[in-house]
Amino acid sequence: MSFPATHISLIRRARSGDADIRARAQDALAAVYWAPIYAHVRLSHHQEPADAEDLTQGFFVDALRRDLFARYEPGRARFRTFVRTCVDSYVSNALQAERRQKRGGGATILPLDVVDVEDRLTIEDAAEHDPDVVFHREWARSVFVTALARLRERYEESERQLHLTLFDRYDIQASEQDRPTYAQLAAEYGIAPTQVTNWLAATRRDFRAIVLETIRDLSGSDEEFRDEAKALLGWREE
Amino acid sequence: MSAQVQLSDGAVARLRELVDRPPADARYEIGAQIGEGGMGVVYLAHDRELNRDVAVKILRAPVPTDDERMRIVREARILASLEHPGIVPVHDVGTLSDGRLFYVMKHVRGERLDDFARSERSRSELLRLFLQVCDAVAFAHAAGVVHRDLKPQNVMLGAFGEVLVLDWGVAKVHTHSMELLEHNDSVAASENHATVSGTAVGTPGYMAPEQLHGGGDERVDVFGLAGILFFLLTHEHPMANDDQWTRMRDGLPAPLRAICERARSLDPASRYQAVAALAVDVTNYLDALPVAAHKESLFEQLRRLAARHRTALVLVLAYLLMRVALLIFARGQRLV
Repeated sequence: MSFPATHISLIRRARSGDADIRARAQDALAAVYWAPIYAHVRLSHHQEPADAEDLTQGFFVDALRRDLFARYEPGRARFRTFVRTCVDSYVSNALQAERRQKRGGGATILPLDVVDVEDRLTIEDAAEHDPDVVFHREWARSVFVTALARLRERYEESERQLHLTLFDRYDIQASEQDRPTYAQLAAEYGIAPTQVTNWLAATRRDFRAIVLETIRDLSGSDEEFRDEAKALLGWREE
Repeated sequence: MSAQVQLSDGAVARLRELVDRPPADARYEIGAQIGEGGMGVVYLAHDRELNRDVAVKILRAPVPTDDERMRIVREARILASLEHPGIVPVHDVGTLSDGRLFYVMKHVRGERLDDFARSERSRSELLRLFLQVCDAVAFAHAAGVVHRDLKPQNVMLGAFGEVLVLDWGVAKVHTHSMELLEHNDSVAASENHATVSGTAVGTPGYMAPEQLHGGGDERVDVFGLAGILFFLLTHEHPMANDDQWTRMRDGLPAPLRAICERARSLDPASRYQAVAALAVDVTNYLDALPVAAHKESLFEQLRRLAARHRTALVLVLAYLLMRVALLIFARGQRLV
């Protein structure tokens, strides 16, 4: 997949001189990163759910207040590594100073649905898994969630809801065992089986492109983009 | 799809596979993954036009660099230039709808050499297979191509007993041979990139020391072949481990041990200087002839000659025994 040379990643937009562009980019970054950060605070810093949620909110309040993402220098480390280092630093300081009330000042800037993340943090995660692996797992999940949201937005704009439904039924929700056939889907939605084949192929192609575009958005350089794409597809677990 | 999508681990795994999986192609119906190399993933595929199964190697990187894109084309061209029964033929190259490059090759039905060797096989059968590997590699060398990643996993045994050397993704091509492969400047620019940049290529245990610095000539393949020979003789992957060599020494005839040791010399100047010389020594061993790598004692010479002329020796001994028996019998008759 090739990207236009004018493509500006979220990372670069988070460093924009325009406060509005910067704020929107920071919001978008926060939407991708809150779940991995929450899991990281829970496991690496051994925080209870309520404290981890509070610290996650506090980190983003602090990051926005200090324009933290604007300080990222792509050549020095991956953005993911930079974020984790900042979180570690923030949490250590916050815990040391016991400034819990001041972290977010009770402010809620992100709609954190920690229940789902909690459901995924198993006993094995805490006992056996490297917190980095859990962070990577949650980051990958966030990338796919973001890509699906973008796909949905574009397909709804172009009135291709049925494409989305087929994609959801066949490729996302169904496991190998309970997957409907193309013929079953065609009969259910009153379309030809060849149409199911073609629409699914087109949606998969678009989804792949959007996933890569999302990773591109979350990367500070071409090299990081390539590495993150490999990492997302399981080439290398961090 | 709901507004707030929640993805289970299973759904994430499915999406990951979906993104990684090659899209449908007009001509080739991509099936199951059957192999994986450093640069590409090999899938079983069906060629709809010719109605036959083929193997399709697709560039692995989701966002390939120009260099990676050129390397897979280069690998296909190297394979296409090596027309030999021991080297898998290439049928086609192309680009998938998502921009990933691929090439199509013969689908070899058979068994990998490492799996084959682990089953009950005689030493002479394995050595004769090894000679076929040597033959293919020597042919490539004659064409100016050095494989640089020879190991049992990269050798397939076909259903008709043919031996095929696979995965030429990190092969090095001599400049004069590359001219034959060049179709445009971009491919030429990628030529030997892994070498000139000093990147190590190969597999530990099978990789000659000089490959650590990205260098090496045909003799790195002699080292790799020695690793394969070691594996065939011991069923163990070679490591830079003295204990392993000691154990191996205990169980092998001295000439084979010497062949292995010469081919695996750390100093390229001390190795066989060509694959043909290694193959000659292995052939000589099989034919009970002296091998260049080993200086025989008188006892070893006699034993080898006895082994080589076993039938004649048995006949002579039988004849002599018969004569002795007749003499004894005749003497007994006279005494009576």
